[in-house]
Amino acid sequence: MSKYFKAEITDNISLNKHFKILTLTPQSDIVVPQPGQFYMLNSNNTYDPLLKRPFSIFGCKNNTLSFLYRIRGKGTSCLSNLRGGDIIEVIGPLGNNYPEPAGDFIAVAGGVGIASLLPLLDKRKNTGYLFYGARSKDESVMLSEAGALSKETFVATDDGSEGRKGLITELLKGFLNNLKSEISNFTLPIYACGPNPMLKELSKIARERRIKCYVSLEEHMACGVGACLGCVVKTVSGYRRVCKEGSVFDSEEIVW
Amino acid sequence: MVNLSVNIAGLRLKNPIMTASGTFGYGEEYSEFMDLNRLGAIVAKGLSAAPRQGNPTPRIVETPAGMLNAIGLQNIGVKAFIKEKLPFLKKFDIPVIANFFGDSIDEYVKAAVELSGADGVHALEMNISCPNKQAGWIVFGTDPEIMEQVVKAVRKETKLPLIVKLSPNVTDIGLMAKVAEDCGADAVSLINTITGMAVDVKSRRPVLANNTGGLSGPAVRPIAVRMVWEASKAVKIPVIGMGGITTAGDALEFLIAGARAVAVGTANFINPTAVIDIIDGIEKFLTDEGISDINEIIGSLKIRS
Repeated sequence: MSKYFKAEITDNISLNKHFKILTLTPQSDIVVPQPGQFYMLNSNNTYDPLLKRPFSIFGCKNNTLSFLYRIRGKGTSCLSNLRGGDIIEVIGPLGNNYPEPAGDFIAVAGGVGIASLLPLLDKRKNTGYLFYGARSKDESVMLSEAGALSKETFVATDDGSEGRKGLITELLKGFLNNLKSEISNFTLPIYACGPNPMLKELSKIARERRIKCYVSLEEHMACGVGACLGCVVKTVSGYRRVCKEGSVFDSEEIVW
Repeated sequence: MVNLSVNIAGLRLKNPIMTASGTFGYGEEYSEFMDLNRLGAIVAKGLSAAPRQGNPTPRIVETPAGMLNAIGLQNIGVKAFIKEKLPFLKKFDIPVIANFFGDSIDEYVKAAVELSGADGVHALEMNISCPNKQAGWIVFGTDPEIMEQVVKAVRKETKLPLIVKLSPNVTDIGLMAKVAEDCGADAVSLINTITGMAVDVKSRRPVLANNTGGLSGPAVRPIAVRMVWEASKAVKIPVIGMGGITTAGDALEFLIAGARAVAVGTANFINPTAVIDIIDGIEKFLTDEGISDINEIIGSLKIRS
């Protein structure tokens, strides 16, 4: 079983203008990924873009791997041109994973961060409270699928086109305040993936309430395996590699 | 069966392919992708006498057919390397080349002395593309006189084969190679990265936190091949070529231009088995061409007159 393998593209479907799901079939035995791990992918052996890009594992079923991505730059737009039958080289699974929740938990997804959290919601069906923040209805992809795996779902969008208008962290605060009075077990751990300002706010919320908060970070990476030291994050114990010691960190470790 | 082995500075390499410092960690990172015993040599991540935490982020940015990096030479320091990383590398039957640097002559000497006393280090590669804090932060390897001082100082303190890794940010690479040779270097390696910059046009800021960074990858290869050719004409000691090598064909360009061995760098990031693919590719090329010994290829460039 190798972590560097060839895979055939099964399909590369569009959810809407911005989001796609790439599904591939590895051509050799692979290591089974855990929720929170990632793979390095590129469109093909091109020199431009040169580097592979990291993508969270979104699904692993029937010997296929799938990745939910947003078309944003050169790498993802090349990825979006892949078609069924194309062969690419893949590195993974890489990085650590979300520690398994002991009981109920809170999952906070910001935008495409849902890609990283859906496998956790799937693994721990109906035990996660999903908080999903996005720019708009269009951008809150896979909401019904993720919602179906969750105990309860809360949505906020910047423009109010889906769920509440505003920040998802505000919704979470309200939830936690209510929880405190209604349920004795108000120390649900938080699992989060999304933009840094959201993660920073979550770490503050978690600290104030003394609850565990695990954040999956994103950084530009060259190698994905811990060699280049390009993707480091500042922690209380110095720089740590997002690709190796992460991408999931206890939010208390991060110097925000 | 073709002979791939070459001799460099008293080391016998089973093939001329090594890893470029800073692109292969301390070996462990890639050991799950390959049998490290297949490598010609392993060149570990650059070390300083004391640990260094490196630069803030962003540290890397992709550029056309290449990347800029400004890692800031983050490393665990010589002592931790010897204690924590060397025992792993000693398990393999390949030469371990320790790359090191400093920001003063004293720091270079200190690192070199400690590494020379460690069992399992077979050669030293000296990175001279660092600024000298005692000489107005001029990069050691861009000034022949400052370079001479530091190479001589290190040479005096180590009996291990000494490879001097040259900076390409100079006018006359042949001259710099000659300075290294005259100071007692056993080999030169080149090129280190080429200083570059990328700008974010909206914020009008450099993309890298360090403002500038070192360019590597296929984009630099033609410059590197030219410099290896020039350096190999200027010196008698072996030249180790590197700069954008991604395929066996790329490596052969360097060998033909005069390099006795080559190092693979940025390509490791894209293809974690790049070094193995390149070794296999060179062997296949030689077999296909009916060449029985890699040494027949080295320096065989037929200059157009």
